[in-house]
Formats: sequence, structure tokens, C-alpha cells
Amino acid sequence: MIQLVSFYIFASIVIASAAMVIFARNPVHSVLWLIVAFFNAAGLMVLIGAEFIAMLLVIVYVGAVAVLFLFVVMMLDIDFAELRAGFIKNVPLGLLLAIVLVAELVLGIGAYQAGAVKLGTPEAGAASVSATVPNIEAIGALLYSKYVFLFETAGLILLVAMVGAIVLTHRRSHGTRGQNISSQVQRRPEDATRNVNQPSGQGIEL
Amino acid sequence: MIGIEHYLVVSSILFVMGVLGIFLNRKNVIIILMAIELILLAVNINLVAFSVFLGDLTGQIFAMFVLTVAAGEAAIGLAILVIYFRGRGTIAVDDVNRMKG
Repeated sequence: MIQLVSFYIFASIVIASAAMVIFARNPVHSVLWLIVAFFNAAGLMVLIGAEFIAMLLVIVYVGAVAVLFLFVVMMLDIDFAELRAGFIKNVPLGLLLAIVLVAELVLGIGAYQAGAVKLGTPEAGAASVSATVPNIEAIGALLYSKYVFLFETAGLILLVAMVGAIVLTHRRSHGTRGQNISSQVQRRPEDATRNVNQPSGQGIEL
Repeated sequence: MIGIEHYLVVSSILFVMGVLGIFLNRKNVIIILMAIELILLAVNINLVAFSVFLGDLTGQIFAMFVLTVAAGEAAIGLAILVIYFRGRGTIAVDDVNRMKG
């Protein structure tokens, strides 16, 4: 009973805040509603025992992605009213597409419920959920053994994304004098100093 | 008792919300990126629901990879948005024609 009640609470808040994300006038509000949606999606995942993904949603989405959105929205000086100009014009096509998509999805879920779709069962002992091993421990064991190369590839993707974002947005500022490390390191005493046998009584030439 | 159908319905509604968001806010690329995040969230809910109700952990592993790609996509997308805004002074994307695509 409590499970059902909390499911409906989480689900309705997820859907309502998703609607607010796309209908809010101010993009800052959109980002905040997105955070609400992610928190409640994390709640939905905790409810069925996928704690790892739930924590990942909170940490990665709320902690990183949503804050990134917030920074960008707040730092760019954008006239949002102008951007909403075509909103009403796009409603009929958007609603039509949404209705078609919903109908298709309902059809799919209905077919699944009616038993028309036969889902395969997981192979015995492949990656089955155990009642005794906690979710995070089981995922860790699987991630670092069977999927270790995929895991490292994920790290590589994040590295490439980071390098790409820095390369795209980094502005080399003109007028500031940076340190040229290679020329500093290559500098030798012979180039920088000279020995002069200066005769006495004459001026020194610099 | 909640079953897999509950989760499928939630995730399909969320998916349609994301698609609708792309269509309604066709000019504002920030909202479009957020709508893409919503779509990926729906995909993640689907993966986790099937993973739990079929008793196979692989779905949750793949949800993690979807999350990784979503984070990278958001970072690159927002970086492109920032340099676009620097060059044009606006983020209206419905008339982007610089690359003549």
C-alpha cells in the first residue's frame, strides 16, 4: 500500500515537473523544475530497488548537469520573450505528434500486457538480481568484471567531452603576457650572460 | 502492487513530454537540451524498470552508460551554445544557416 502511494506521488510529480520544464516562461524556472523531476525519478528508482542509479541521477544530474544548465542560462544575456514568439504557432503540430506518440506507446504497452510480446528471460547466472547482495555491491562486481572495458570507455567519453568543451569555449586573451615555459627551460647561461674584459678608465657598454 | 506497466506508462509520458518540448520551444535551444535530458531520463526509467522486473542487472549498467553519454552531450551542447551566443548575440536556432545545411 505504502509502495503504491509513494509510486503515485513520485510519478505524478515527475510528470508535472516535466510539463513545467517545457511550459515555464523563464528558463531558470525550467532548470529548477528539471531538478525536481530528477529527484523524483530517483525516488521512483529507489522504490524498485535500483539505489545505484538513483544516487547517480542525484549526483550526476542534479549536481552537475542541472548546475551547468543553470550557469549557462544565468550567464548568457538572452531575451527569452523573443524566443517564445513561435510557441503558440508550434502547438498544433507538437500536440498532434505527441498524441500519435502516446497512441503508439499505449499500443505497445497494451500489446505487452496482453501477452503478445514474449520477453526473453535472462540467462541463468548471467547477471541475476540476488536477494542477499545489495544492489550497489552487485553492480560494482558486474561493472568491474564483465563490463570493465565499457566502463573505461565511458571514462574516455567523459574525457573527450571535457576536452571538447574546454577547446570550444576557451578564449585566449590578447594583451596579457603569459609564461613561455619552453623558452625559459631552454635558456642557457651562455646565451644570457657574457664575460667582458673591461679596460679600466673607460665607460662600460651595456 | 506496482508492476512494470506502471513504470512503462510513466516513462512513456515522460518521453512524449520531451518530444513535445522540442516541438514547442523550437527557438530556444536551452529548453531543447533540457527536453533531450527528459527523453534520456525516460529511457533510463525504462531500462531500470525492465532490469528490475526481469531480474537482470545489465539494464542498470546500461542506464549508467546512458547517463554518461547524457552528461557529455549536455557539456558539449552547452559549450556550442556559448560560442554560438558569442558570435551571434542570440540563441534562436530556428534560423541557423551558417553551415548551409
